[in-house]
Amino acid sequence: MGLLKAAAALSVVVTVGIFVSLLIPSIQFFREISPWDFLTGSRWAPTFNNPDFGVLPLITGTLWTTAIGLLIAVPIGLGAAVFLSEYAHERVRRVFKPILEVLAGIPSVVYGYFAVFYVTPVLLQSLFGIEVGTFSVLSAGIVLGIMIIPTVASLSEDSLSAVPRSLREGSYALGANTMRTTLRVVFPAAISGITASIVLALSRAVGETMIVALAAGTAARVVTSPTESGQSMTGFIAQTATGENSPGSLTYNTLFAVGLLLFVITFIINVIAGIIVRRIREVY
Amino acid sequence: MTGIGQLVATELRAERHGERSPASIVFLISLWGAMAFAVLCLLVLLVDSFLDGAPRLDIELFTRYTSQVLPERAGARAAILGSAFVIALTAILAIPLGIAAGVYLEEFADARRWYNKLIEVNISNLAAVPAIIYGMLTAGFALAIGMERRVVLAGGIALALLILPVVIIATREAIRSVPQEIRHGSLALGATPLQTVWRQTLPGAIPGIATGSILALSRALGEAAPLLLLGGLVFVNYDPDGLMSGFTTLPIQIFNWASQPQQAFQEVASAAIILMLVLLLIMNALAIVIRNRYQNRW
Repeated sequence: MGLLKAAAALSVVVTVGIFVSLLIPSIQFFREISPWDFLTGSRWAPTFNNPDFGVLPLITGTLWTTAIGLLIAVPIGLGAAVFLSEYAHERVRRVFKPILEVLAGIPSVVYGYFAVFYVTPVLLQSLFGIEVGTFSVLSAGIVLGIMIIPTVASLSEDSLSAVPRSLREGSYALGANTMRTTLRVVFPAAISGITASIVLALSRAVGETMIVALAAGTAARVVTSPTESGQSMTGFIAQTATGENSPGSLTYNTLFAVGLLLFVITFIINVIAGIIVRRIREVY
Repeated sequence: MTGIGQLVATELRAERHGERSPASIVFLISLWGAMAFAVLCLLVLLVDSFLDGAPRLDIELFTRYTSQVLPERAGARAAILGSAFVIALTAILAIPLGIAAGVYLEEFADARRWYNKLIEVNISNLAAVPAIIYGMLTAGFALAIGMERRVVLAGGIALALLILPVVIIATREAIRSVPQEIRHGSLALGATPLQTVWRQTLPGAIPGIATGSILALSRALGEAAPLLLLGGLVFVNYDPDGLMSGFTTLPIQIFNWASQPQQAFQEVASAAIILMLVLLLIMNALAIVIRNRYQNRW
């Protein structure tokens, strides 16, 4: 019994551990670099001879890949969710739902490989003739979007299916067709669940590492167009972590300062998602 | 004056017309398009990695170590063994802890107590923390206790922490699906609450827990991000031989190969991807079989 309780309490210890392990090196980092320069500087060159620690380039990298990812995942994911919940027959659902689950189960490093060796050379460069280099936030963002389609689709589908049948029947009785019923009745009724699915997908996109580390590039600069290469927060962490960094060095501490920023951003997003989810439960 | 029969007929025609109006058809086509896009992505991804990797799907992939000088003959031996070691350790660490925590929260915890509420909120937040953060936690922990961070033990800890919330959530759902009557019957026969959990509730929940745990482990198998933080896991030319041995894993090795410029590394990377996807497929199939065959119908 005491053991069981200890196991449950361990989860709190883990959270405290995350805070402490991120904070200690970050505090050392902010002793050398002012937090203001860190958050507002637009030149990120932590390993150069005249180093600069402005995190804005990394944030623009994350923003671009996340925005492109959502641009792909939200319409496709919602379309798939509406299709599965409102239109597909049971037999069709039984084929397509597992496909989405398989898509969700593919490791992100595989998606990263797909971005570098298929989406960039075959799709973007050859098929669409877009002038992108080997690494671009566009390619990383597209594949990131494909990766989070199942997150949007399956959570949205759950909340669409949870809308009571009587609402749909009321709408049909008033003469509305399936499209009208879906768009005017079911969709608004499920909107908080749908929003929550998008916010969770957003949080996954911000925290995703392997795709952006492989496909977005390693040049940390303020990204102004999707065909440029750029580095995201997670991309910087991945690149620096695999290189030379001894504990206590400024490079090591920089890693954790960026990690802390990433943690805070995703934490805020998750709290917002939690608030939205709690609101759905009040609807029915 | 229109008769009632005529009115009904008109309505019916209007309804049919509504379902086939241009807007409706465009809407349905775009829904099909969305679904087809997702399916197409999966197909292209699978076919592309298979075509790239099939020529290198040979015995050397399993028997040889990675090589900088001979990328054409590089193999994933260290990565395969490393993944096996780390995943085994992850299972040993995460599954008992996850089950214990799940059992406590579902069967014993008084949900009104503030500390139990704290644990609840905390677990759902942990499930949404980016994977790479767990690597930082493990690196920080290893530094604090003076442990080497490039070892199997650190890798197992990082992945176990990552999947712990998933195992806890799966355990709770499985336990919740065991009907209350089973517990009442057991308690009425004089069993203590602990005996009831150990002899009745937990055995009834095992299929659900097993399914959830296998799915969690398959996530750990494919996850590379937290292990990157443990540093320098890429050029491993030896078999792991224990908890304190250096290691690499399949996804890390794939990441490393995919970042190299040589074509030959790209090929061996996709061969390793095929191998990893087959492993994941086996694990998922196993989870589905357990769910379908042993799931208790109450």
